[in-house]
Amino acid sequence: MSIPLTHLLVFTTLLFLTGLYGVLTRRNAVGILISIEIMLNAVNINFVAFASTLKTSPDLGQVFVIFIIVLAAATAAVGLAIVLAIYRNQKTIYTDEINLLKW
Amino acid sequence: MNFFSSLATVSFYGVLVGVLATAIITVTTRNLFHAAIFLAFTLLGVALIYFFLHAEFLAGVQILLYVGAIMTLVIFAIMLTAKIGDPSIPQSNRQRLPALIGLIVLGFFLIPAILKMPWKTTADFQTTNAVQLGKALMGEFVFPFEVISLVLLVALIGAIVVSRSDQ
Repeated sequence: MSIPLTHLLVFTTLLFLTGLYGVLTRRNAVGILISIEIMLNAVNINFVAFASTLKTSPDLGQVFVIFIIVLAAATAAVGLAIVLAIYRNQKTIYTDEINLLKW
Repeated sequence: MNFFSSLATVSFYGVLVGVLATAIITVTTRNLFHAAIFLAFTLLGVALIYFFLHAEFLAGVQILLYVGAIMTLVIFAIMLTAKIGDPSIPQSNRQRLPALIGLIVLGFFLIPAILKMPWKTTADFQTTNAVQLGKALMGEFVFPFEVISLVLLVALIGAIVVSRSDQ
């Protein structure tokens, strides 16, 4: 079984754009974090696809995927903690209703 | 042999279409809890793609960390905050149409660029295993590895400090 690299790249582009659409249109802050996870996964698939088909060391891409997964876990933990803190103070997590810093 | 190879190819494209479909449902569904469930299916599909690309260790890490840990966090956050039962609250802002148009334009630029680029691919699949990954992490990438563990520790302590109540 051999998958052309370009098919995977087009697929990850579409997945990335789907996540970007969610980031741009969701009102709920948790929904935005969910969409960011989709975007990070698209990038990870890209790294694995390049690592297995290009003439570089196959370890290189997968090590970077591990780093991205760790950073995504850190993002999710800190982001959801911030969402909980905002909800406790403002009683809302809709991003257009959180306007403390608006001038 | 040929039959199984074509079966694997067809199922791989099926997984791609399924992941894309669940991702689209995730970003467009109104109910945020349903979005989280479909996100879990998307992440499982990504783990399947890793299996197809011979990255078995990453597939295991994906299932453990994303489907196990991050999904639990997200579902807890949804249950602690959102009033998901109320259908009168709009779940998307007014940028829906401009965002869609902008992303389609971006896709029109990106996808032909990908298709025209002459990628220097190898004929055979390059594979690695967990032993080689561990040696790379402890040898060539030992400094980023230590830095990333420090970042993770700081992020977890920060999450606890930010989310604890003042009392």
